[in-house]
Amino acid sequence: MAEMDVSDKGGHKKGPGVKKAKKGSTRVDMTPMVDLGFLLITFFMFTTTMSKPKSMEINMPFKDPNQQVKNQQLKESCALTVLLGSHHRVYYYTGIPTETAPPTIKTTYFKPNGGIRDIIIAKMKEVAQRKASGELGAKDNVAILIKATPNSTYKDMVDMLDEMNINEVPVFAIVDISPVELEFLAVPEADAKQP
Amino acid sequence: MPKVKIPRKSTVVDMTAMCDVAFLLLTFFMLATKFKPDEPVVVKTPSSISDIPQPDANVMLITVDENGRLFFSIDNQSKREEMINSINASRGLDLTPEEITKFKYGSSVGVPFNELKSYLAATPGQQKQMDKTVAGIPLDSSSANTANEFAVWVNEARYVNPNLRIFIKADSKTAYPVIKNILSTFAGLSIYRFNLLTDLEAIPQGTAAFESSTAKK
Repeated sequence: MAEMDVSDKGGHKKGPGVKKAKKGSTRVDMTPMVDLGFLLITFFMFTTTMSKPKSMEINMPFKDPNQQVKNQQLKESCALTVLLGSHHRVYYYTGIPTETAPPTIKTTYFKPNGGIRDIIIAKMKEVAQRKASGELGAKDNVAILIKATPNSTYKDMVDMLDEMNINEVPVFAIVDISPVELEFLAVPEADAKQP
Repeated sequence: MPKVKIPRKSTVVDMTAMCDVAFLLLTFFMLATKFKPDEPVVVKTPSSISDIPQPDANVMLITVDENGRLFFSIDNQSKREEMINSINASRGLDLTPEEITKFKYGSSVGVPFNELKSYLAATPGQQKQMDKTVAGIPLDSSSANTANEFAVWVNEARYVNPNLRIFIKADSKTAYPVIKNILSTFAGLSIYRFNLLTDLEAIPQGTAAFESSTAKK
């Protein structure tokens, strides 16, 4: 196969009458074995999963129907509400709206720059500054409420949770959206297009 | 005139070294390999910066495809057998021992209880075909609803193996209401901690997480 016979026949002779024992070659053709070896390597390389799947851990807020959890510790000026809309749109407003003071909802997207991340960073900075100036107590922290509309996808939710991890937001929660907020979103959602 | 003799070099290549390496690699892959688990549907998970690895054992895997169909599976064959026996008794599924064995060695299932018997009676090849069209495990927003078979699966699985860690593997395009129903079912069952399987992506530079990950190094 992969070799050429170049051995010169009958090298040195021992002399007349001395019978030559026929020497079988000790060389084994390894080509088929190597072929098979590489075939198996290829097979195992393709079927193997080297890296384990990675995951993100989330802790949901504790919900007990028999006990009203008081969530009044949330300082209004520390709250940022993020609403996930269709076509990966993100709406946000600050504070806790009341009936008399409806929120001003702004629109942004998931973007590395100029998107929701910058809003979160700005909010964190603002609260940190006010903490430093003594306006807010040491226990006050930024709290981000994530509310997803039925039009949003799982990717939006994971992206948003990822932003929480990226910016190390101390307090955040996934909360159900209220009908009032859905009403607010009806207008901007209507003309929602791909960014 | 004498002929010029060209010295003929042997073309034999010594394959021993290559062979050694090949088989070394082969041995490595054979020992290190863990076969990809059989997936009922193709799911493209979103990406995140989290890097908590999925453990080898005590895993409950909930697969959600882009149409919101639910597939359920736990690891450990003896626990699977215990679970299906318990469900068989409580839901009156009338499964034969062969069908129970098939479930034990099978992977994710995504059929309602009333179709489980015919699904398990099918051959693995047929099951693969069925996975493309099955309805998925019925899900509801309330865990108390008897139609919420997903809650039954989760409960039974946690009963046979209390150490289960829950992993949700959902497609990027899955609509949020499906996820919300899963979350509210978990809340109804007093499950507040679980993991979402995601692809790993790099931490963006200049962010808080980036700072702390470089500080750790």
